[in-house]
Amino acid sequence: MPSSTFRAELTKIRTLRSTVVTLALVPLISVGLGVVSFTSVRIALERGLPVVRPDFEPVTDGLVTVLYGQLALVAFGVLTICGEHGSGLLRLSLSATPNRRTFYVGKIIACAAVALTLSYATVFATFLTAHWALGAYGPSFSSEGALRVLLGTPLYLTGLCLFALGVATVLRHTALALTVMLSFVFVVSPVANLVPGLKEVAHYFPDQAGTSIMKVGQQADPVVGPWTGLLVLAAWTACALLAGCWTLSRRDA
Amino acid sequence: MRHTHPAQDARHVIDVRRLTKRYGRTTAVDALTFTVRQGRVTGFLGPNGAGKSTTMRMLLGLDRPTHGEALFDGKPYCDLPEPLRHVGALLDATATQAGRTARNHLTWLARTNRIPRRRVEEVLDVVGLHSAADQRTRTFSLGMAQRLGIAAALLGDPEVLLLDEPVNGLDPEGVRWIRTLLRTFAAEGRTVFVSSHLMSEMAVTADHLVVIGRGRLLADADLSEFVRDGEESLEDAFFRLTSGGGSDA
Repeated sequence: MPSSTFRAELTKIRTLRSTVVTLALVPLISVGLGVVSFTSVRIALERGLPVVRPDFEPVTDGLVTVLYGQLALVAFGVLTICGEHGSGLLRLSLSATPNRRTFYVGKIIACAAVALTLSYATVFATFLTAHWALGAYGPSFSSEGALRVLLGTPLYLTGLCLFALGVATVLRHTALALTVMLSFVFVVSPVANLVPGLKEVAHYFPDQAGTSIMKVGQQADPVVGPWTGLLVLAAWTACALLAGCWTLSRRDA
Repeated sequence: MRHTHPAQDARHVIDVRRLTKRYGRTTAVDALTFTVRQGRVTGFLGPNGAGKSTTMRMLLGLDRPTHGEALFDGKPYCDLPEPLRHVGALLDATATQAGRTARNHLTWLARTNRIPRRRVEEVLDVVGLHSAADQRTRTFSLGMAQRLGIAAALLGDPEVLLLDEPVNGLDPEGVRWIRTLLRTFAAEGRTVFVSSHLMSEMAVTADHLVVIGRGRLLADADLSEFVRDGEESLEDAFFRLTSGGGSDA
């Protein structure tokens, strides 16, 4: 993959207002929601109110707001490709880089670089927010599993973002791809978790397998371990991106 | 040097060979064969729906031909390294992302083919968009969008220009501007292939015409030959050619 394609894709991301705003929402949601949510949890814990889950884990629950911020990251993955389909820009992109695999790989790497950098910043900022807002109940770097969660969660977020990119490349339409991705993460996956029979399978869904990297102590996933979970997500992402590459290469632009 | 080839012994810059595109049972482009030569403006004329845009997309490797091929100096477009430096194309000028400025639109495009940054400023000057360079393209009129599209086509300082209906929606001043630009480009020994459904425009812009109807080649001749045929005007010749539906059977 020539680096010129990658650099052009980075420029595209940086110079489009909608992608910049979408990306800014990732830390804003995660930290903003964190300030409110973690403060109220601390107050509840201090007063012994029974509203906090009994298996409260500072490290895992101190990053829970990232799971809302991730929606903006999913949207970013979708917009990166569907924005080109919708506007017709894809034809210009492909006339500049006619090798579609080269084009797509450049786009994936640019998307991954941005998502990974932003995810690390967001996860650390949210962790520090939890540390500060939860006070005595908050996580610290020496908490059990803290290092693994801090290093691994951004990998999960990036993986899910790229999964969305792959799915969106196959579906092509922004509204359709966003609906599919968000309803999957917000509705299908949580509901499947409640249905006996489906529940066992749901452990291997991309989002649930991926989030096992965030779970420590009593909340640890009994079926899929943290790193195994990341590998499962990686497999999903690889499949989605391969399907996206195949679709892009086969179809008329 | 590419600009020193004399036009009379012009190379075939674009070779279209039995190019065919079918969508299901519909044949949009039917075994089209013609060549585009250096140093002149070749008009690609046909009524709406004749298959001009489909042909343009196949030339650029965007649509895959059902049969046949289109070659630039013997190579398919997809095999040209850094193609913008060889072929500049304008398909749909409004196909930009509305939230990006004109300058940034050209900047990312330049990066794809390692075109130096200063070329962005140069082409903005050529098309007269410098004062609007930092406006988001959402605010652009059709005329400004066409100018930006031309700027994108000129970005790599190409030897070949490929333009699909570039004067559509332009005011008389814009039409004249494009005409002058294309004539100048060809006079420099470069190659222009421009589609239009306006024969009046082609009469004053093109040296050579490729006329198609319903995806088929109807005529491929110098402009003078069209008008010389009896006393009919180019317009009459165009209607005679394109209304000959009988040839379809």
